[in-house]
Amino acid sequence: MVSETSEPHAGLGRPIPLGIKVLVSGGFGVGKTTLIGSVSEIKPLHTEEPLTYAGVGHDDLAGVEGKRTTTVAMDFGRIYLSDELVLYLFGTPGQDRFWFLWDELALGALGAIVLADTRRLADCFAAVDYFERRGTPFLVACNCFYGEQPFNVAEVRDALDLDEGVPVMLCDARDRESSKRVLAALVEHVMRLRARPAGPTSGAARPAAVTP
Amino acid sequence: MADTDEPSWLDQDAGPVVRAFAVTRGRARPIAGSFDLMAHVVAVNPGSARPAHLQPEHHAILALVMEPASVAKIASELDLALGVIRVLLGDLMQEGLIAMYDPPGGAEALADDVLQAVLHGLRDL
Repeated sequence: MVSETSEPHAGLGRPIPLGIKVLVSGGFGVGKTTLIGSVSEIKPLHTEEPLTYAGVGHDDLAGVEGKRTTTVAMDFGRIYLSDELVLYLFGTPGQDRFWFLWDELALGALGAIVLADTRRLADCFAAVDYFERRGTPFLVACNCFYGEQPFNVAEVRDALDLDEGVPVMLCDARDRESSKRVLAALVEHVMRLRARPAGPTSGAARPAAVTP
Repeated sequence: MADTDEPSWLDQDAGPVVRAFAVTRGRARPIAGSFDLMAHVVAVNPGSARPAHLQPEHHAILALVMEPASVAKIASELDLALGVIRVLLGDLMQEGLIAMYDPPGGAEALADDVLQAVLHGLRDL
């Protein structure tokens, strides 16, 4: 039976874990699902959004008057670092029209991994722009699909017009060790940003250029 | 199994046979609480009698939150839309069957040693 103490938990003695949220974004088919799956147990998470909200200006509603909601699927992975510490990875929906979902995902996130395919670099512009505007710490990881990249890290940085302080690295999203390195690099990046003397920027403002 | 005997008159393209919010009888907003993706939910007084009007989905949630579980985990485990889960959690909250713990004030609130612990945890993975 339940004792008469004020202890409300069913899971007696189990602490409430601290969840840390990391976003994985980038263009369609760039390997977000692969990266999340390589380091965590992955499950789809879906949300049913009213069309009037999700599709404003994007969905042609002619002929689908009866359809009021649309399903948006995201990848969701969990990494149990300890009993009390869980890393949650959320793959952001690929389509730009689901920006409103990004806002919920980005809220309180530790940071973001922008996965890029250098053959289609433009696909990740939207994500880079979003996290810059929002002031969410992020790094760019170039997924090496065939074991090689036609461009080097400096060229990618130039092409994306990234601030000096934003890390750019190569990775193989299929490889667990490589994906772990990307996650660790993001955490280190966040730690570096914190160690910086407090600048004038915070919150949604665009971060000032980082002095190396 | 029996599927082969039955004439198949619906395929994948037909989409879900039951609309997502049918489970909540059309309710799109929780009657109590707001549930962050990262909020943790845990059952309260699991030994107490449960109201008869609870749906199977409510019971499924209660079974899952005998140990603390995040809203995102509950939605993915039960394969129900996030909005639906939030409505059902609101019902359970109203009945006093669950407690909710909000995530601690976003990433800025994380102590440096937590980030260190994340780094170590990742390397040991």
